[in-house]
Amino acid sequence: MTEVALNSLYQQLILEHYRSPRNKGELPEKTVEIHMANPVCGDEIRLQLRIEGGRIEEAKFVGQGCSISQAAVSMLTSKLEGRSLDDAEGLAKRFTDMMHGDEEAAKDRDLGDLRALAGVSKFPVRIKCALLGFDALQEALKETTGDE
Amino acid sequence: MSFDAEVVRREFPTLDQTVHGKPLVYLDSAATSQKPRVVIDALSDYYEHGNANVHRGIHELSRRATVAYEAAREKVANWINAVDPSELVWTKGTTEAINLVATSWGLDNLGEGDEILLTVMEHHANLVPWQIIAGRTGATLRYIELDDQGRLVLDDLDSVLTDRTKLVAVTHVSNALGTINPIERIAEATHAAGALLLVDGAQGAVHTKVDVQSLGADFYVFSGHKMCGPTGIGALWARKDLLEAMSPYQGGGEMIQFVHRDHSTWADVPHKFEAGTPNIAGAIGLGAAVDFLGEIGMDAIVAHERELLAYAVERLEAIDGFRLFGPTALSERSAVASFVMGDAHPHDISTILDAEGVAVRAGHHCAQLVMKHFEVAATARASFYLYNTTDDVDRLVDALGVVRKIFTA
Repeated sequence: MTEVALNSLYQQLILEHYRSPRNKGELPEKTVEIHMANPVCGDEIRLQLRIEGGRIEEAKFVGQGCSISQAAVSMLTSKLEGRSLDDAEGLAKRFTDMMHGDEEAAKDRDLGDLRALAGVSKFPVRIKCALLGFDALQEALKETTGDE
Repeated sequence: MSFDAEVVRREFPTLDQTVHGKPLVYLDSAATSQKPRVVIDALSDYYEHGNANVHRGIHELSRRATVAYEAAREKVANWINAVDPSELVWTKGTTEAINLVATSWGLDNLGEGDEILLTVMEHHANLVPWQIIAGRTGATLRYIELDDQGRLVLDDLDSVLTDRTKLVAVTHVSNALGTINPIERIAEATHAAGALLLVDGAQGAVHTKVDVQSLGADFYVFSGHKMCGPTGIGALWARKDLLEAMSPYQGGGEMIQFVHRDHSTWADVPHKFEAGTPNIAGAIGLGAAVDFLGEIGMDAIVAHERELLAYAVERLEAIDGFRLFGPTALSERSAVASFVMGDAHPHDISTILDAEGVAVRAGHHCAQLVMKHFEVAATARASFYLYNTTDDVDRLVDALGVVRKIFTA
């Protein structure tokens, strides 16, 4: 690899979410909570969802870590409200595809702010940072469907 | 001949390359050092011309391999001023050496009510084996705490050490902070309490001139790959009588004298602890590494690292928002700068530095207790070695300027 594009990684939108994360805090009415950590780097989140009637009514998180992991989970929580479980699953899949370099997935407008993270796919060692929240989401969905 | 880092640097082929289009600045030697040409040559020469198993054959190649392998042991034993080469047991590295002591010495000598004294500064390699052995023997773990400069709190050492203390395990130099510990003082107190002292020399053997006869440790363990040698080779040093009294670590070929149906007798030390075909090439490579370091001279290397550290600390501390961990007195620390900067997470710092061609480590440095002590999840760590120059420090400082630009924009 020759020169890498730091600009594509550290976009203003990402840094803005890192500094002022959305939906950060405890969700007392949560129906599911998943703790995900990357022991290698210490990134850590607890994703809390209130799921009622097969729909995500509220999403919050508590966590600490690098700008990529924290911005990604901040963006994620702001895209979850009102989504059906299948819909949320689809979102997680498209984002994961985007992280693995799928350019079609990166064009999906439904990803919203999350598209700003497309550049992470060029930094292989950082992809797991971006996926931390999504791994938690998929785990939460699995746990919820298993309960029903 | 006076020391010239620019000249030394040319001996390390890995350093002569670009990364992401920029000349590489390698500041991660505390994780593993680069290898000089002579070490790489020693490895390929062994495999091209000398490869055979050791202590087994009558044929010429086997004889040559055995001579080279044992000559390397002698070189490395001399390097740390051991009384005799038989005091030096080859291991995969520091981690295996500690596990060897924990298992061989620990299982025989520890029991309910006994205490192992560790420090909050330890690398996981000098914590987890003791946790495992404490679990198996019923021994208790106790800790020496850190002060706000990341130094061991030793004021109450005499009361922390009791007649229950059987072993003290402490690092010579902290990999996460750079703190150099007063081993002689700890050894004196440990022995006064009737306990043994294990010193983790993974960093200490790299950045200090080790003399096991004056240091006072009962076990000194270190890795080859951090001191210009290959990976997969390291050593345990202990006094011969101590090694002789210990049970074997692993069973197999090489470590036996006679094998019967129901029991076996052991080979003499150090071979008693070296079951199976050893890392012959690795040992020969480490021998070449200490020859290389010996020619330059440890005094010159330490002096160069001190100068570089002083320059680095001065330049780094001038950066807005830069927070350096570890002792403020440079005489109490080795050439490691562990830091955080503003609200830029260490992983972001490391990614940005990498894009600028500067390799540093980010994370907990296998020292999660140190991170907890300072209430940080991670730090970035720039570590310096004999081949680093003031230019490398300047490149680091410039690259940190890019971090600032991105994170304060």
